[in-house]
Amino acid sequence: MRFLKTLGYLLALPLILVAIWWASTLGETNFFVPTPALLAEAFAETWFGERIFSDVLPSIGRLVVGVASAIIIGIVAGLLIGSVKWLRDLTEPVLEFFRAIPPPVLVPVLMLLMGITDGMKVAVIISGCVWPVLLNTIEGVRAIDGVLSDSAHTYGIHGWARIKYLVLPSAGPQIMAGIRQCLSIGLILMVISEMFASSSGLGFTIVQFQRSFAIPEMWSGIVVLGLIGVALSFIFQWTERRVLRWYHGLREVENAV
Amino acid sequence: MQSETTPGTTPAPAGKTLPGNEAMLSVRNLKKVYKTDGGDIEAVRNLTFDLKAGELACLVGPSGSGKTTLLKCISGLMAPTEGEVLLNGTPVSGPPKKMAVVFQEYGRSLFPWMRVRENVELPLKNQGVPRAERDKLVDDALEAVGLSHVPQSYPWQLSGGMQQRVAIARAVAYQPEVLLMDEPFAAVDAQTRADLEDLIRTVWRKLGVTVLFVTHDIDESVYLGERVIILSSSPTVIQEDLTIDLPDERDQLNTRSLPRFTELRHHVYEQIQLAKQGHSPAAAVQTDSSAGSGAA
Ligand SMILES: Nc1ncnc2c1ncn2[C@@H]1O[C@H](COP(=O)(O)OP(=O)(O)OP(=O)(O)O)[C@@H](O)[C@H]1O
Ligand SMILES: [Mg+2]
Repeated sequence: MRFLKTLGYLLALPLILVAIWWASTLGETNFFVPTPALLAEAFAETWFGERIFSDVLPSIGRLVVGVASAIIIGIVAGLLIGSVKWLRDLTEPVLEFFRAIPPPVLVPVLMLLMGITDGMKVAVIISGCVWPVLLNTIEGVRAIDGVLSDSAHTYGIHGWARIKYLVLPSAGPQIMAGIRQCLSIGLILMVISEMFASSSGLGFTIVQFQRSFAIPEMWSGIVVLGLIGVALSFIFQWTERRVLRWYHGLREVENAV
Repeated sequence: MQSETTPGTTPAPAGKTLPGNEAMLSVRNLKKVYKTDGGDIEAVRNLTFDLKAGELACLVGPSGSGKTTLLKCISGLMAPTEGEVLLNGTPVSGPPKKMAVVFQEYGRSLFPWMRVRENVELPLKNQGVPRAERDKLVDDALEAVGLSHVPQSYPWQLSGGMQQRVAIARAVAYQPEVLLMDEPFAAVDAQTRADLEDLIRTVWRKLGVTVLFVTHDIDESVYLGERVIILSSSPTVIQEDLTIDLPDERDQLNTRSLPRFTELRHHVYEQIQLAKQGHSPAAAVQTDSSAGSGAA
């Protein structure tokens, strides 16, 4: 029963939106706006076949590798910079500068440096995704409670144990917020990195369809991107609820007071 | 020793010191000045005292007299501006291995991402204490503070007093040689407080641990301690170092109704009032002979 209710909430709005869309495309036939049926047909035809292996999975693969590397680099560098005061003072202005550069402008640069390779596309994703994770980790490490830190110190919790039992969990909420941003930036950059001079991938395919006026197919590509986004978001929320259960509980208690 | 004492008065009385290597913990001419943007704050001016192994001393003093500051210097979390702290004759330069501290801010000293049991267990696990021994120590400690029914709760699911008991259990399970406690019972109700006071004395006698117990509760300091060190208000020196000559066997009802208990608590009360009014500790030396070392 509970499951049905959750499912209802999940699907109600999408179904209503599709119904409105269907109703508004009933009479007219706008070349650029396909009917739901047409789109569904194009979707099945376009994506349930060869393209999964030639375009979708490689794109997702690059996205996963890029995002995962960005998360690891961001957390490791963030722990380091956050814990060492002089390193923080040294790097802060530089980090702000790099963060301010919009990552898409790096595509031509990296293309010249690395060629049009998978490595270049992953590098584009990393170069944009690493910042929110890095800066949030630094902030989280800095904000560790002084009393808690003293407690750990007096009980002889140093080095790796300190990172594992104190620093990482304490910065956890901030790091997770950074990862959330990292995921959405990653999806955008995955598409953008494939739009220039590429020969495969989701971004390339969508641009290709648009240029050849395969409008329903183009829309179906956008649907695929949306679905990937939703899937990422679900995976994120599922993980976050597990990792930060203590944090949500704590917040609930604090808010109740 | 102090250039600022006016001529004619005796220098500030130091706490009791022990000869040579008898002291477990020595505090020598300890001074702490906080350097802040708003100027220097002298939290502690000059403190000297010794604790011998297995002693239970209470530290009382007005709010802001630098009790927490002193504990932080003793536990090696902070370097003193002048003077030094010695543990078994060795200068303390970082948190010593066999020392546990229960902090005043109980709500912020437990790891909110760990359950009660994990919190108590963590220092032992980190030390590499084998599983079976660890389990026993943790169970005993939780049992002792009356929390064996909530090992799987998170600290933030507990009341303030229960959280403080978890912090005490963690310190007890750690089996320290020196236990520093900073107003640990400030948040617990009277009944629990009485139970915990007895717990501290039980643990102290069982483990033979050296305890320095900070409190602002005068009755508590007299009931618990073998000795009460009274701090003056700022500039902080030792107002008096008083031996509590009550019988070793203490219990809440009988000990507290002893005439000697009343005398001692009167005396401590007076000293704290004097300290608050900023009377120089030199004056305290005179009253000392009338009440402090009077016949029991
Ligand atoms: N980190 C700090 N920076 C600057 N000043 C400080 C700091 N910590 C304490 N002080 C100052 O040092 C003095 C002593 O503070 P401390 O916390 O040691 O007193 P206390 O005796 O523990 O007081 P209470 O009984 O209220 O806990 C106070 O004047 C306080 O303002
Ligand atoms: Mg204090």
